[in-house]
Amino acid sequence: MAGHPGHRVVHKRSDLLRRLFKFLVLIAVCGLGVFWFLTRPQALPNDALAGLTPDVTHGESVFWAAGCASCHATPDARGADRLVLSGGQSFPSDFGTFIAPNISSDSVEGIGSWSALDLANAMTRGVSPNGQHYYPVFPYTSYNKASLQDVVDLRGFLATLPSSNTPSQPQNVGFPFNIRRLLGGWKWLFMSIDWVVKTPPKSVEERGRYLVEALGHCAECHTPRNFLGGLKRDQWLAGGPIPGGKGRFPNLTPGALTWSEQDLAYYFETGFTPDFDSAGGHMALVVENLAHATPEDRAAIAAYLQIVPGVKE
Amino acid sequence: MKRTGVTLTLIVGLFAGAAFADDATDRAIKARQSLMQLYAFNIGGLGAMAKGTVPYDAETAGAYAANLVSLSSLNQTGLWPQGSDVGSYPDTAALPEIWSMYPDIMTKAKGLTDAATAMNAAAGTDLASLQGAMGQLGGACGACHKAYRQKK
Repeated sequence: MAGHPGHRVVHKRSDLLRRLFKFLVLIAVCGLGVFWFLTRPQALPNDALAGLTPDVTHGESVFWAAGCASCHATPDARGADRLVLSGGQSFPSDFGTFIAPNISSDSVEGIGSWSALDLANAMTRGVSPNGQHYYPVFPYTSYNKASLQDVVDLRGFLATLPSSNTPSQPQNVGFPFNIRRLLGGWKWLFMSIDWVVKTPPKSVEERGRYLVEALGHCAECHTPRNFLGGLKRDQWLAGGPIPGGKGRFPNLTPGALTWSEQDLAYYFETGFTPDFDSAGGHMALVVENLAHATPEDRAAIAAYLQIVPGVKE
Repeated sequence: MKRTGVTLTLIVGLFAGAAFADDATDRAIKARQSLMQLYAFNIGGLGAMAKGTVPYDAETAGAYAANLVSLSSLNQTGLWPQGSDVGSYPDTAALPEIWSMYPDIMTKAKGLTDAATAMNAAAGTDLASLQGAMGQLGGACGACHKAYRQKK
């Protein structure tokens, strides 16, 4: 025994290493498990839409309020062509260039074969019918506050629109952003179901909140983002740089915006600013959508903008 | 000596020519911006009535609308010299696509003439007609501003 003391020490050390290795593997497996758990696409329960039937007429007003055509119509579409949702507009960003897909009623290239639940999962969970995460350029971080009845109505209306067999183009996004599973982590960090304006005092402002924070997804452009592309919700609607372009999205909070409620409602109706310049850029498309809204809804958006926390320029 | 003089004159002449050309472009930019202000002023008069900040007056409204028809029928060829875009002139917001998309510009210009004509028919009738014609006018302005104006 005394002749082989070293042997026992070596044996002990290898035993220790083996245990350490097992421990590290356990940590890694746990880590992977947590990653897998946190980043999993979370679809709605299968019976989420039970009992809801589509109101196609109301679906059209949801369609314009949600601004579907602004991104999914072809780049130069005007008039009735804006209802052919064959996609193709590109959206440059710090993470790559996203290209709007075909969401026309074509059952192969578009979303003609989708159920209302498929659309609800896409819009409110950012999850595709085959269980993949969508990129948040598709504003599900706003649409997640839409009522499921509105989504069902929208599904009904989309089915009435023309089909187009233009194939969707692949997203032009580099590593590591092309790993869609990572978007689960992004959602965990930045996707919130909470309203920013917690308690609107009046029902008109509550309606405005629904139109701005949910369907209209105004914050997607008008709220600044952090380096990972998450919205800085403490600077809600305070404006920010235009990705891939010059200029800035304007600050809409009472800290900077001097337009009256009436000026705002009139701008939404006609596109004229208080000094009778006209809306340009993507906002001109938004005004085209708002022209379909009721005067009450345009007034509601204007009323909501008065009660947003002010952020100075 | 004589040759040097001629050369100098030529050089000076070239520089002066370049300076003059620049000056001409600047003047064209100023002129078309003034035209935009004239549009805004007359639309503003109609808009104030449409919004209700100024009482409706058929005669005044008709005059603003007739001005819009006149403005939209001006020949603007000289106001848009080749190359007078935001890339070379910081004072303008005109995007270079204006010069490569000429047929579309003409379509949109016709859209404005049509909107001004519709307003001219509506403005003197009554307030409701005037209000109804504002949207088409805004759309016509926005059609070009959406595609061809640099964001501020």
